[in-house]
Amino acid sequence: MSRFRVAVHIVPRRGLLDPQGKAVGDALRTLGFSAVQDVHVGRHVVVEMDASDGSAAERSTREMCKKLLANPVIEDFEIASVSTL
Amino acid sequence: MKFGIVTFPGSNCDYDAYHAVVDALGEEAVYLWHKDHDLRGSDVIILPGGFSYGDYLRVGAIARFSPIMREVVAHAERGAPVLAICNGFQIACEAGLLPGALLRNASLRFVCEAVRLRVENTDTQFTNRYADGQLITIPIAHGDGRYTADADTLARIEGEGRIVFRYVGGPGDADEWWSPNGSMNAIAGIVSGAGNVLGMMPHPERAVDDLLGSSDGLGVFESILSRVAA
Repeated sequence: MSRFRVAVHIVPRRGLLDPQGKAVGDALRTLGFSAVQDVHVGRHVVVEMDASDGSAAERSTREMCKKLLANPVIEDFEIASVSTL
Repeated sequence: MKFGIVTFPGSNCDYDAYHAVVDALGEEAVYLWHKDHDLRGSDVIILPGGFSYGDYLRVGAIARFSPIMREVVAHAERGAPVLAICNGFQIACEAGLLPGALLRNASLRFVCEAVRLRVENTDTQFTNRYADGQLITIPIAHGDGRYTADADTLARIEGEGRIVFRYVGGPGDADEWWSPNGSMNAIAGIVSGAGNVLGMMPHPERAVDDLLGSSDGLGVFESILSRVAA
């Protein structure tokens, strides 16, 4: 067993109205970042866990996403990184 | 009839629900703590409004895993009634008792006001005391009430008559869909496929006394009573 740090990005599902992302996008353009086309605001979750190897840690984290960390009705997730501690 | 009102850490409408059941309806109610493992013989379960677990992660996401929810889900699977209000609606969606999810209001603002609803289906155990198409006034108070579901789900619940309450505009434009939170199809409340779980963002328990602005919510409680008594 080793200890891993798994980072997950959870974002609103594409195509769903994301008023928070839109508000942030509007604010960025107001600040002069006129090239900004679209912004989505989600969550970044970091899980520290013990696992036999990195792929086991990633598998387990995917299960966590399906059961709790993300809601498949409204959100998509991706494993951003897996690193050893 | 005995109503079981679940109190999660952060629930804040459990006392209002108790008042509606005991003082307005004249029935028995008990509080059920989220760590409890039995429903103490309750015939009807109320999942009340509030901010369970501080709305951490997603609204309703953590409450769904409270010990009492296992019993509530079993109660619902037996076909027994569950009235899920506001945060309770969010919890019921997370628990899979109802389809879809409630997202942050499109305006990004918390809305707290009396709204007008149209009763879309009176053939349910929660609405049989209303008239078809009746307009009622019930308060809302939420930041995350934008009902969202995928296109197939939306078409299915529309087709099956499971949209029970819809937000409508002023008295003159009752047919115009309008919603204070950006809900798809102006959905304010839906029932489960078996019809025994009602989820709604408006607060019927806060509209049980004319002295406080409206008693239009009482019909929800009276409907449950007449259905189960029948």
